[in-house]
Amino acid sequence: MPSLLEERTEPGLNPRQQASARATHVPSYVTRLGRVGRGVLGVVILALVWEFVPRLGLVNPYFLPPLHTVLDAWWDLAKSGELERNLRASAVRSGIGFGIAIATAIPTGVVIAWYRPVREVLTPPLEVFRNTAALALLPVFTLILGIGENSKIAIIIYACFFPILLSTITGVTTVDPQLLRSAKVLGLSPAATFRKVVFPAAVPTIFTGIRISGAAAILVLIAAELVGATAGLGFLINYTEQNFLIPQMYAAILTTTLLGLAVSYGLVLLERRFSRWRPA
Amino acid sequence: MSAQIDLHDVGQVFQVRGDDDNRKRDFVALDHANLTVRAGEFVTLVGPSGCGKSTVLDLIAGLTTPTSGTVSVDGRPVTGPGPDRSIVFQQYTLLPWRTAQANIEFALEAVGGWSKAERVERAREYLELVGLTEFANRYPHELSGGMKQRVAIARSLSYEPGVLLMDEPFGALDAQTRERLQEELIDIWRRTGTTVVFITHDIEEAVFLGERVAVMSSRPGTIRTVVDVRLDRSGDAEEDIRGTRDFAAYRHEIWTLLREQQQSAPRPVKVEVASVA
Repeated sequence: MPSLLEERTEPGLNPRQQASARATHVPSYVTRLGRVGRGVLGVVILALVWEFVPRLGLVNPYFLPPLHTVLDAWWDLAKSGELERNLRASAVRSGIGFGIAIATAIPTGVVIAWYRPVREVLTPPLEVFRNTAALALLPVFTLILGIGENSKIAIIIYACFFPILLSTITGVTTVDPQLLRSAKVLGLSPAATFRKVVFPAAVPTIFTGIRISGAAAILVLIAAELVGATAGLGFLINYTEQNFLIPQMYAAILTTTLLGLAVSYGLVLLERRFSRWRPA
Repeated sequence: MSAQIDLHDVGQVFQVRGDDDNRKRDFVALDHANLTVRAGEFVTLVGPSGCGKSTVLDLIAGLTTPTSGTVSVDGRPVTGPGPDRSIVFQQYTLLPWRTAQANIEFALEAVGGWSKAERVERAREYLELVGLTEFANRYPHELSGGMKQRVAIARSLSYEPGVLLMDEPFGALDAQTRERLQEELIDIWRRTGTTVVFITHDIEEAVFLGERVAVMSSRPGTIRTVVDVRLDRSGDAEEDIRGTRDFAAYRHEIWTLLREQQQSAPRPVKVEVASVA
């Protein structure tokens, strides 16, 4: 079993040799089949533990039902349309919040990064906001916007806004000055320099913020739905728990996990699509 | 397409803060620098590091304005960057998200005046000039250092500037690639007839490339002497010009000039350390 040390220091072609041979070195420890196989194995182990720990009586099966009971409950919820209704409510909320955050945070970040005085004035207040946990503001949002959709979407926007804003600022301010100099030599206007040089260079950094926000959107969404909602996965978790529908509760939790996975994989795919020019 | 460059009594002063005393003061980067580069000429600029070589280039490019004196290209004073001058930097400045071909098109878009089809055609022509036709669709990270600089040269020449400025463009390349590119550059220069100002700290490179070598001295930076290099470059390519006696003589002459000023420069004050023993 190779350790990280052996794996990373394995002798092979260096990048220049790879380039002149027009080939890529094949590391002996990495095979696609092995990697996928081991990944599947991990999931199977997790499933088996979940199934047999309650069955063997290691935990109370009433509070943690075996996996197959949970999957049965999940299937029933899916068939009844109840799962879809709640999933849709959650997806719409987080989608709107996430979308508005992206649409506002990127332009704001660009303005802050582009003009030094703006940056210097706004950085301290932004630090204050960034370090205020979104959920701590949930009561505030509820007070101002009521208990309905608005306050829930607002808190998602809040949670998603700052990671995207800060990564945009970083992305724009850290563009390689040599690229800017060569744009200047070419006589490119500031607007065109931004469009053709600065923004494309900042996209990978901005995407880091977008990925963090994607995770935050789901996290905050569920928490917000635990109070005062009539639909949504958070509502479903809370409702089933209070009615002692424990397998259904786990089914709802599992669904939030799937939603989170789908969002983060979706964003990774999107990121790859936008950064094909980068070395792998 | 070529243009004449005149530097007349050029001085450049920057505001700096001293590392030791933390006080603001003036730093004279260039002092009374005079140089005339004739249209179509290849001049190399050699000098110790920190002597203001890059400042000279920035001034001709119009990235900075001189504190005193005048810089003019074809008789017109330089007020800012323009499409009549282009620079190739040492660091690779290709846009990493554009292919080789698209990087050249980028310069043409920036300068303006060509239709989309013309830009594509022109970019292809200039890739051919530097021998990279088959790499047109590669991204910069898929190109070697030498190829990247070839693309950068093609990009700079694509809009037919009268002056090509080069700031140690081959400094980061290995020796063999560097020599190959030097030969290719001379060839390209002959074919395009562009005026070239080439900065280097490598004496051999300066002698090999330049019809004239301007030797700079530092503190304050100025152009000290200009050496005419009369080497017979018309011979067949197989002959190694670097191995000739004349080449060695020029190399030695410039080496001596650079060495002299090093010796005449004030030495750093040595602090006496009292022996504890």
